[in-house]
Amino acid sequence: MIIDLLTQGVEMILVLAIAPLLTGFVRKVKARLLRRQGPSVWQPYRDLLRLARKEVVLAENASWLFRTAPYLIFAATWVAAALVPTFASGLMFSWAADLIAIIALLGSARFFLALAGMEVGTAFGGIGSSREAMIASVAEPAILMMVFTVALIAGSSQLSTVARFMATAEAGLRVSTGLALFALIIVALAENARIPVDNPATHLELTMVHEAMVLEYSGRHLAVIELAASLKLLLYLSLIGCIFIPWGMAASGGGITGYLIGSLLYLAKLGVLGLGLALFESAIAKMRVFRVPQFVGAALMLGLLGTLLLFF
Amino acid sequence: MDKLVFDIAHLLAGSVLLVSFMMLYQNRLSALLNLFALHAVILAFSVAWQAHLQDAPHLYVTAMIALFFKALFIPLALHRIVVRLNIHRQIENVVGVGPTMLLGMGLAALGMLLMVRITPDSDLLGREDLGFALSTVMLGLLLMVARRNAVSQVIGFMSVENGTILAATGAKGMPMVVEISVAFSILIAFIVIGVFLFRIRERFDTVDLQALDQFRGEQG
Repeated sequence: MIIDLLTQGVEMILVLAIAPLLTGFVRKVKARLLRRQGPSVWQPYRDLLRLARKEVVLAENASWLFRTAPYLIFAATWVAAALVPTFASGLMFSWAADLIAIIALLGSARFFLALAGMEVGTAFGGIGSSREAMIASVAEPAILMMVFTVALIAGSSQLSTVARFMATAEAGLRVSTGLALFALIIVALAENARIPVDNPATHLELTMVHEAMVLEYSGRHLAVIELAASLKLLLYLSLIGCIFIPWGMAASGGGITGYLIGSLLYLAKLGVLGLGLALFESAIAKMRVFRVPQFVGAALMLGLLGTLLLFF
Repeated sequence: MDKLVFDIAHLLAGSVLLVSFMMLYQNRLSALLNLFALHAVILAFSVAWQAHLQDAPHLYVTAMIALFFKALFIPLALHRIVVRLNIHRQIENVVGVGPTMLLGMGLAALGMLLMVRITPDSDLLGREDLGFALSTVMLGLLLMVARRNAVSQVIGFMSVENGTILAATGAKGMPMVVEISVAFSILIAFIVIGVFLFRIRERFDTVDLQALDQFRGEQG
């Protein structure tokens, strides 16, 4: 019992600790691909520290919601990240909620972010919130269809069970799995404000979505929001890792060596996925905002098709 | 192990269908041509895998034809035509991308339902492969209906042919003669279409086939 709790604690600390590193890594690879030196991979940690030490500047008409929203967003994202099997499946908390609950947690985080964007009443925040809602209204059904596909294949929506099933030979290579993978990748790009949908590297662009919503935040509030954004990216990559490349994940009670091997493999998976993300982002141009629903709609279609194929 | 071999065949057939969907989604002409090349490459892999599976060496020839003609020659030639016609940056849809994709989903579901219903005694994977092939054919037809540009209609036509090849290789035992004659008729069709594209362009100053609707024959 104590050991279980301890492992779960280590997992939660681990995801929190390496989330900024992942963001830094992706930025570094992107910079190198553009033949720039780029900031060090530790830069996000320095940014977070600097922001945490700075004073918070609040708008005069900001209410309590504006001040509490960052913590709510962070808490929801962190809990969701704790539910995803990273280096080991079947950890203590993962039995508390399934994939649909994770999506609900992320959905509520997005709800608070959109509210916070509109709170102060600036034009940019409002635009950002409305665009976020527009993207989410397509992305959420898409990810739910993906969940249904995976749950129909694995016979459960519990992520630990899914990860274990996917690692067995019984899962095989299915067309539906491939379609679900594509759908999840598209949704992950849209949800994390990555390039074809939003540009994570800019603050001043008329088409920005995520940055527009957090434009009014400063100091420790901004630090918490940035950390939550890194955590969300880590969560989506872990989700792809645990559903589609679950090999080498330790089982619960696998002993220290099992956990260590699982952690190393988990880091390797994150590295490969991060590299892939950076390559993809460097190769593609940003879309018009009005094309985004089509792009995310394609994920919805793929999820739908994947579910459909399972009924024959 | 045996299951994995069939799974790979199934996955390749599914990928052909997926690329068909991507072609429906893509509405820029040069990207569409690249996707068509990808379509043919995956088809070639799928056919080669079937050749390995069924131990039918003549299917390797089919795969080579798909690879060289449809993945290299035709896309390259179409790229040149598109650049010479100066339309490589534009494309007109008759219907928007969203409704087209929805229609495509409906057609894919129809194809699967039909195939699974009418072939109840063969194994499930083979039936699904046939379903994928039929869906690919119908998506190709949909692409021809949904686009007004003559070049994208040509691509729709070619992807219909890819679908029939997929069906024929999955079904075991397509004669070599049929395959070669189909490949050559496609090539001839391509040449004829290529000539026609320039003729249409010369006469109407556009390759938008709606211009043909108003055409009432040569006057005087």
